[in-house]
Amino acid sequence: MNNNIITLHYDIDGTNFTIAGQASSNIKKVLKQLGVDPAIIRRTAISMYEGEINTVIHGKGGVADIYISPDQIRIVFTDHGPGIADIEKAMQEGFSTASAEARELGFGAGMGLPNMKKYADALNIESTPGEGTTVELIINIHS
Amino acid sequence: MTLLEMAGQLQLKTIHCTEEGVSVTGCYIGDLLSLVMSRAQEGQAWLTVQTNINIIAVAVLTGVSCVIVTEGMEIPEETAQKAAEQGVSLFHSEKPSYQLACELVALL
Repeated sequence: MNNNIITLHYDIDGTNFTIAGQASSNIKKVLKQLGVDPAIIRRTAISMYEGEINTVIHGKGGVADIYISPDQIRIVFTDHGPGIADIEKAMQEGFSTASAEARELGFGAGMGLPNMKKYADALNIESTPGEGTTVELIINIHS
Repeated sequence: MTLLEMAGQLQLKTIHCTEEGVSVTGCYIGDLLSLVMSRAQEGQAWLTVQTNINIIAVAVLTGVSCVIVTEGMEIPEETAQKAAEQGVSLFHSEKPSYQLACELVALL
């Protein structure tokens, strides 16, 4: 194992939209301090923010664990929400099960997962309906 | 063009201005935050009718030069506070986004 890994952990409050974005903003700062390429920081920030929002809207809260190594950024979101019944369908742009409240705030357009797939180098989703969802994002620093 | 010059020329109301000397490089109009996240570019002025607190997170993450709330939409106090806290420049205008964008582009 590489011992040059920075590990960060964030709790994501499932009832508070106003806190969403805080973990992503912090990660953006950390990556800037580490001198990571701005294009990679942007891809990480976008995909991570979408993950945070999903954890609030759909997961009813959860945690985000971030592992930054010299080669890659790995972000794992874990929630104990309702789970995703049909992952393939959830991946389709425009498909959304978000609440009216989320839509009013400018979310819920069915772009969260597609954006994450677009901006991360790898996206892995594991979900069990009724138990929760784990979403892993990997962004390579050196491709 | 700097934020200060832009705010003056477009007669924007300043809610919070972090660095008046920051350059505005262009303009992006959008109200769907996921779309804004993926399309808005660093340095652009982001014009939106969204006023909820999440616009500040989107501004931080995209690195836009400022957020301009258009159409005279009322900005909640918590959004203004968050802008100050996060160092995001936030302006307000009574004009529609398209009109303001046309005026802004003519200045660049």
